[in-house]
Amino acid sequence: MVAIATEIPTASRVMMYREALNEALREEMRRDPKVFLLGEGIAQRGGSYKVTEGLLEEFGPERVLDTPIAEASFTGAAIGAAMTGMRPVVEILFIDFALLAMDQIVNQAAKYHLMTGGVGRVPLVVRTQGGAGGCLAAQHSQSLEALFYHIPGLKIAMPSTPKDAKGLLKTAIRLDDPVIFIEHKSLYMSKGEVPEGEYLIEFGRGEVKRPGRDATLVAWSAMVSKCMSAAEKLSAAGIEVEVVDPRTLVPLDMERILQSVRKTRCAIVVQEAVRRGGVASDIAATIQHEAFDYLDAPVEIVAGRVTPIPFSLTLEQACVPQEDDIVAAVKRTMGRE
Amino acid sequence: MANYSKDFLAQLYRTLYTIRVFEAQGVRLYRQGLIRGYFHPYTGQEAIAAGVCAALADRDYVLSTHRGHGHCIARGADLHRMVAELLGRSTGYCRGLGGSMHIADLSKGNLGANGIVGANVPLGVGAALGAKLRGEDRVSVVFTSDGGANNGVFFEALNLAAVWNLPALIVIENNQYAVSTPIHESTRETDLYKRGIGLGVESRRLNGNDVLEVYEHACGAVARCREGRGPVLLEAVTYRHGGHHVNDPGLYMPKDRMEYYRARDPVAIGRDYLADLGGATDEEIRAIEAAVEHELESAVAFAKSSPVLSTDEFLALIEGY
Ligand SMILES: Cc1ncc(C[n+]2csc(CCOP(=O)(O)OP(=O)(O)O)c2C)c(N)n1
Ligand SMILES: [Mg+2]
Repeated sequence: MVAIATEIPTASRVMMYREALNEALREEMRRDPKVFLLGEGIAQRGGSYKVTEGLLEEFGPERVLDTPIAEASFTGAAIGAAMTGMRPVVEILFIDFALLAMDQIVNQAAKYHLMTGGVGRVPLVVRTQGGAGGCLAAQHSQSLEALFYHIPGLKIAMPSTPKDAKGLLKTAIRLDDPVIFIEHKSLYMSKGEVPEGEYLIEFGRGEVKRPGRDATLVAWSAMVSKCMSAAEKLSAAGIEVEVVDPRTLVPLDMERILQSVRKTRCAIVVQEAVRRGGVASDIAATIQHEAFDYLDAPVEIVAGRVTPIPFSLTLEQACVPQEDDIVAAVKRTMGRE
Repeated sequence: MANYSKDFLAQLYRTLYTIRVFEAQGVRLYRQGLIRGYFHPYTGQEAIAAGVCAALADRDYVLSTHRGHGHCIARGADLHRMVAELLGRSTGYCRGLGGSMHIADLSKGNLGANGIVGANVPLGVGAALGAKLRGEDRVSVVFTSDGGANNGVFFEALNLAAVWNLPALIVIENNQYAVSTPIHESTRETDLYKRGIGLGVESRRLNGNDVLEVYEHACGAVARCREGRGPVLLEAVTYRHGGHHVNDPGLYMPKDRMEYYRARDPVAIGRDYLADLGGATDEEIRAIEAAVEHELESAVAFAKSSPVLSTDEFLALIEGY
């Protein structure tokens, strides 16, 4: 891998998350002819969320492949191509559909390196999209990162901003291991500063999205912006929270999180996924273990309700953490109710 | 039948015989407790791996199955590293981390055996896709099974290979059983090659115990793939010479069927070809066999004296998982 200029170099411009992803794909496809894309409706149509728009025109149908609705086999075919040295980027329209490809991802891609004694590599990226928002109901709204987080051999990125989306996707494509790259459906139109020129963001390097001294909020993907607005409200009430976004869950920048917690002595982990068996529990357990003596209160978790996501908007919102839930959790943890 | 050179027939026989004695030796090592875990002998199916792989070039890819020792050998694997892998030693192809069910020899284009029945079909189709995108003249061969042909990804992946015109040869080794379940209990249409027809794929059925019949079909299929007219589906009909794995006596396999197939033993057929078409004498054939046995003995000694990967080396390998 090339040297990494982690943070913003010089000038930047405002872009949408989906545009930043598109730019990452375009740059990597220009740089490396082994990079190709496959997925449902990604060529002519440019993808349901327009991430691959214009790429067919530039790179042609050989490198931007529309697939049949056959997640298991087109993901498997991408893995097979990766085994021969290609760098496929698969788009799985909804993370819910990744379940159809689970054998290929978990039993094939994630294990190939070990099963071949370290000789075989699978430089694969599975781009997919999860989360609630938009009343898409139970089978199109899940947050399933914990399923992949549980599997040794997979790397996981969950960018929260356009800048991170671009830098992480470019890195994901260059890594020699399978990466599950989880976007959030509510973020595609969100805007943010994106540096001009070439940059990569290293996996396993979290970022403090907002500095603060009173409490640490750990969040990723769409929960970061919820935490940022919760932080504004808390600030008005005289509480300054620090928001830490690990950006990749595997590898996980525990050091950045612990640094913050040692300073604030108070940690709240926020995840959209259901409370049971989630990544937040794992992070909370590690904070408790590694920074026990620094904590003024038990680590709090704010998470989705343990339920399939219901259709009705008000109920959907009741199932995933909202700003007010985060504000309340911070106050509760700090004993400032 | 085409004219075959004595050398070619001797090479085919060498492969058949190697697989046969490798598996017999493997079963012995298993009984001695030196091989553990699952061990699915290829015995009875040797002509399929031998015939198909003889039709391939070195640059081609092979995807293997849980019953995969034969494919590995037919691709020219080093028996030393194979036995070492089965014994879980660091000198094995996968440093002892894969074992029988995951043995792979990437140096020979053998991308690996698979513990998930049917799952290698999309992988092999993907290998063909990779070759095609790079503009390389490589064919990807997937060995699968009557059981694998009932798995959803078999159909999906064959469809993908067809719609993208990929240089993939899918070989169903129809040994008529999935563990103890006979094929007519798992599908109504037991002519498995017909599955390809519905997907617009050139599909054929052949006698999987006759190494030259397999070879000729494979040559045709590979040529078709190289011309850009792939994929091809071949169904090779065969029979196991025993149970599903070393500890399965296979009592559910009817005696008369077993006798029928044992009378059509692929290794004996290959030997007859070498004698009758190749004009090899008994002594010449014996010399081939002795050389194989010698190599295998040396491989077993090598494996037994090889170390297991150290925990430190293992931990270095899984760093970052
Ligand atoms: C997806 C999957 N299901 C079940 C098994 C357990 N299993 C291992 S081998 C086997 C039978 C396979 O029969 P077949 O596919 O015909 O191959 P053969 O053993 O006859 O070579 C089964 C059921 C498995 N390994 N993978
Ligand atoms: Mg079978």
